[in-house]
Amino acid sequence: MNARSQALLQVSGLVKHFPLKKSAFGRGGGVVRAVDGVDFSVSAGETLGIVGESGCGKSTTARLLMHLITPDRGEVVFDGAGVGGRDLSLRDYRRQVQMVFQDSYASLNPRLTIEDSIAFGPQVHGLARGEAVQRARDLLARVGLEPRRFAERYPHELSGGQRQRVNIARALALQPRVVILDEAVSALDKSVEAQVLNLLQDLKDAFGLTYLFISHDLNVVRHMSDRVMVMYLGQVVEIGAAQGLFESPRHPYTRALLSSIPSMDPDRRTEEPPLAGDPPNPIDPPSGCRFHTRCARAEPMCAQREPARPQVFPIASGGGPGVAQPWGRSQVACLMYEPGSGHSAAPAATSPDPVRVEHP
Amino acid sequence: MTDTSTPAPIPAAPGATPGAASQPLVDVRGLRVTFTGGRRPVQAVDGVDLRLDRGEVVALIGESGSGKSVTLRSLLRLHPPRRTTISGQVVVAGQDVLALSPSALADYRGRVASMIFQEPLLALDPVYTVGAQIVEAIRRHEPVSAAQASQRALELFERVRIPSPQRRLQAYPHEMSGGMRQRAMIALALACRPQLLLADEPTTALDATVQIQILLLLRELQRDLGLGVIFVTHDIGAAVEVADRIAVMYAGRIVEEGSVRVLLREPRHPYTLALLKSRAHGAAQPGARLETIGGAPPDLSALPPGCAFAERCGWATEACQATRPEPVVIAPGHQARCLRTEATAAAASHGSDAPPA
Repeated sequence: MNARSQALLQVSGLVKHFPLKKSAFGRGGGVVRAVDGVDFSVSAGETLGIVGESGCGKSTTARLLMHLITPDRGEVVFDGAGVGGRDLSLRDYRRQVQMVFQDSYASLNPRLTIEDSIAFGPQVHGLARGEAVQRARDLLARVGLEPRRFAERYPHELSGGQRQRVNIARALALQPRVVILDEAVSALDKSVEAQVLNLLQDLKDAFGLTYLFISHDLNVVRHMSDRVMVMYLGQVVEIGAAQGLFESPRHPYTRALLSSIPSMDPDRRTEEPPLAGDPPNPIDPPSGCRFHTRCARAEPMCAQREPARPQVFPIASGGGPGVAQPWGRSQVACLMYEPGSGHSAAPAATSPDPVRVEHP
Repeated sequence: MTDTSTPAPIPAAPGATPGAASQPLVDVRGLRVTFTGGRRPVQAVDGVDLRLDRGEVVALIGESGSGKSVTLRSLLRLHPPRRTTISGQVVVAGQDVLALSPSALADYRGRVASMIFQEPLLALDPVYTVGAQIVEAIRRHEPVSAAQASQRALELFERVRIPSPQRRLQAYPHEMSGGMRQRAMIALALACRPQLLLADEPTTALDATVQIQILLLLRELQRDLGLGVIFVTHDIGAAVEVADRIAVMYAGRIVEEGSVRVLLREPRHPYTLALLKSRAHGAAQPGARLETIGGAPPDLSALPPGCAFAERCGWATEACQATRPEPVVIAPGHQARCLRTEATAAAASHGSDAPPA
């Protein structure tokens, strides 16, 4: 892989609001702020994990990236070219960025054999049928499904794990560079999940893929990711190297999220829930910092002032897994870390090094 | 937010054989459940023995199709009678559940044992308010006035910590968030003061932050009300948070059973060992290969004559293929259905736990 001075995928200012229908009585009519200003970048060969509670916008972000839904605002730049612009048509972009969904059955056509399902995409993109079928068979073998036994089967004749392997093969049929995995292993049993995770790692190495790995299972994200992005109510609250973020989370939400993981130790059970209540409704998100209603460190000013969004790091080294130092500090959107924000834990405005707040 | 901040007392590993004097709350023996609706009969539960003392929490863990939910539902006799054959013995609080008449069964459900489900939106009635459903349940079982029942419903909502309970009682299920609905269902299940709470994957559909709240609530209610709880889950982490004992199911049988500590630290059945290792949690190194269990669970309509796990087991011998293992007692309260427990013990103590190829 040749070295690149820029990120493979660069997302800036992504916004998607879903308007609500007005009811017959004239009520409603607000907007769901599903994704509300998201910036991040992914460099070639890395795996970026995306975590957050339901409704935080992680799946909407994935669908916006695929242009399955059109963003209201914001820009997606793939390999230096703006998606949907003159340099990179949507069709060419989608050939290079593919997606695997959670529901393995709903994402396959029940009337096509799995071989035809996999060969369908390449034919649409101009490959002859014979070649496409050959590619489908090669890929089936790659994902651990013996082509002679499985090629002619229909989706309902396979188990959930096998179907998800088919979906992975289909995503790879167009020889993409980026694969977005949206809760791709969440519906699988643990032992099958482990097989599919191993397969994903193998395929990544073999084809030099870049993954966006979306999951609500924090253990799995930790296992798979080089970098992790934490979302809350449509915004990024923390983004950074996986190891650093999991070992010493900085944003109060990330800390609460990580300490919600069951301890696996009967002698050290969780005694206090780290967060009370459900996530607030993205229709009418709280003012200021969106997390202030559930935050243990919130101060009055948190309700008024919105924290600055994490900056997109220019990728320094380029190429390869984009993380230079796995212990690098993550970027947070929190007034506690913002110099001169007025939060009692924030550093002074003139501080030359703004990010030196230690945890209480 | 908890007002009782004392740590949960974990009873010292209650043995599988409780004292002769005390009768267990739940005594299941040789339970077999066969579904006969399809082309071939499916043996979903294949000889389960399970005991539960009063005030004890047992987690049934296993993968889909292992029979854990079917076992749980048998305790309330929820299976369609025309398409299900149940044999064995199910005694709950001294009542023979399989022999109850329809009216006695209706009295038993909710009053002696009640259940919470994975998806409260499907379990609650969408056209009645949550409060009305709780009042109905109370008045079905007890001769109380509507006003008294409403008062009880309010107390229950306070008990499960639903904010602004008076207003929430008037809400329909779809107007509540996922975590709130699960709390409402717990309130409904506890409405008639049952002795046994059956929980079928109650936190699986929830976010991690809400899951831990519900698990802690269940633990607290169990402790305060002295409930016996059978908790079905595929998530070992959730089981560790609430259970005293864990029973691991595979292909319709309990393959290993023991206290939470013993099962986590000294598992003996190869399936339990593999299950613990295949988790991404605490894998040696992020990104390192996970240990997997090759193959797939057996077809429940054609179970092998021997150990159901033998085909996927690295330790299996010819004897495993031929004979069905009986429970081997490893220590008081810890047993495994495996012929090779000595081999697995040796492997575990060496630290190198890869089975011989």
